[in-house]
Amino acid sequence: MPGNFPVARAYVTCDDRRVTIPAPPQPRRLYRPRDQRIVAGVAAGLSRHLGVPVLAVRIALVVLLGFNALGLLLYAAYWAVLPQEARGEEKPVRRDLSALLPFAAIGLGVVLLQAQLFGDSVSTTAGWMIAVIAVGAGVIWHQSDPSRRDAYTDNPASAPWFAAIVSENDRRSFLFRFIGGGILVAVGIIGVVAVYAPSGSLSAVFNGVIFAFVGLLGVGVVVAPLVWRTFGQLRAEREGRIREQERAELAAMIHDQVLHTLALIQRNSTDIKEVQRLARGQERSLRNWLYRPTASPTERFAAALEQAAAEVEDTYAITVETVVVGDTQCDERVAALVAAAREALVNAARHAGVQTVSLYAEVEEDELSVFVRDRGAGFDMGGVAKTRHGVRGSIIGRMRRHGGRAEIRSEPGDGTEVRLMLPITRESVTAGKESVR
Amino acid sequence: MTEPVIEPEARRLNVFLVDDHAMFRAGVRAELGVHVDVVGEASTVSEAVSRISAVQPDVVLLDVHMPDGGGRAVLEAVRRAHPQVRFLALSVSDAAEDVIGLIRAGARGYVTKTISPDELAAAVRRVADGDAVFSPRLAGFVLDAFASRPDVPVADPELDQLTNREREVLRLLARGYAYKEIAKELYISIKTVETHVSNVLRKLQMSNRYELSRWAADRRLV
Repeated sequence: MPGNFPVARAYVTCDDRRVTIPAPPQPRRLYRPRDQRIVAGVAAGLSRHLGVPVLAVRIALVVLLGFNALGLLLYAAYWAVLPQEARGEEKPVRRDLSALLPFAAIGLGVVLLQAQLFGDSVSTTAGWMIAVIAVGAGVIWHQSDPSRRDAYTDNPASAPWFAAIVSENDRRSFLFRFIGGGILVAVGIIGVVAVYAPSGSLSAVFNGVIFAFVGLLGVGVVVAPLVWRTFGQLRAEREGRIREQERAELAAMIHDQVLHTLALIQRNSTDIKEVQRLARGQERSLRNWLYRPTASPTERFAAALEQAAAEVEDTYAITVETVVVGDTQCDERVAALVAAAREALVNAARHAGVQTVSLYAEVEEDELSVFVRDRGAGFDMGGVAKTRHGVRGSIIGRMRRHGGRAEIRSEPGDGTEVRLMLPITRESVTAGKESVR
Repeated sequence: MTEPVIEPEARRLNVFLVDDHAMFRAGVRAELGVHVDVVGEASTVSEAVSRISAVQPDVVLLDVHMPDGGGRAVLEAVRRAHPQVRFLALSVSDAAEDVIGLIRAGARGYVTKTISPDELAAAVRRVADGDAVFSPRLAGFVLDAFASRPDVPVADPELDQLTNREREVLRLLARGYAYKEIAKELYISIKTVETHVSNVLRKLQMSNRYELSRWAADRRLV
């Protein structure tokens, strides 16, 4: 799991088997709203995010227009970068384009006033041209936004020529705007060239640098937000998919196992043994699902031992308290050890007359050891008939055949402990541990 | 201050339950009520912190998972102000990182919710007396966490290593032996077994070995 990504956390408790998946908190984000917009909704989005009146934001943008078209630059940048608000249920409000007129008048006034005051028309013109390039780049970039493509389909109503340029919902405007954006960029670059061309040799070098810079900036403006947002979308999509998958998996598991077990328990509620067996099996499978990495019982020692314990639990309706320290790979000899341990568990389950048996296994550098202990009836080793093969053949003999040893300690009335030891080579342990980590 | 003079054995312990499931609290209260006085319950972290501070019980039975932060948050909030209150983790979770985390925060022991009422009462008594309570599973986690790894640099060998004797005691605990049986097996007194177990708990709580909790989280071993 990468970083602090909020994983859907599931936990189960024994009393009512409730499963909780808290949703991750929704971060506050800056959007361009679909309603309340005149051109692209940048001013409305900013005013919502900052909590200032939308009129103030618009006036500020228009006034900034006078300073080398800074307002236009900002607008284009925000337009390119901000995502549009998710489509709600409500019908989008029709835009009142006449509201643009006063702002256009104010902007023109500010520009004229500046020209009157400073007369520095060259730098002002260059700023405007760069702004034009930026707007053109913004238009082009918007056409390549993948989320917009499906948006084209749902507002096919035709609009006046101005709406065709600024509308984001008209399929027909796609080509129009792409070409328009391109023309804007081209005009901007030509304009900048035109402004600086008649200068002297020193400034010609300077102009070259400016052109290169402008070109780079244009490419950057077009490409960077696209990459950035596409990446963001991919990530959001992936997170959503993982969460959805986890939820679906959990739901399927609960349906297949928990609900069926509960139904069986209700039908067998008088048979205490059966209810205990079902509950125990279900608890184990839920625990495995929630906490344990999955491992194949044919490959890993711990998994094999746990599977053997689970089989004995299910068959003989007892609890095997399993503790395994360390892990290693399974081979033929390790499998023999597991089989001997299983036999010891079966003996304890059948003869000891207790509800709980302890199974402890430890992987050491040079030895595997398994202990099976019960506090049951116990028996006298000397008194076991020669014809019985459970202990001699399946436990002691098997361990001896594979180069290990088995000790059985039992006293009548004081329970039994079976100790199984299997020497191993250092390499196999190391390999096992590394592959687990 | 007039302390009533009673034999320590005769004094009934004050126990506080923290668990977000009312059904489980009711069950424990019914089972444990014969042996001890259940003086309070809480279902959230904030409720638990304020009520434990007010009641000041002998032992708090603490659930690992709760919606608003879990047992660890309760432990950290209460422990500094009231060091005499002892905590016993009682959990259905047997994920190593949960259990080790709670023990490292200062819980005196860990038992699973499948424990029998008599064993639970005995565990509460032992924690109240200042001893540590190790379930076989917890012993397994600790052995796993302290498993000697020669490649890991040890910051404080005195603190970070288990002695051979402590390791032996833990192994026997994991094998399902009772303290009495361990004493018999190792030819030592029960008191010595208790000392070893308490030392292991202390090392677990004080160990500056940061890999300990990381290890458990990485491996998600049970």
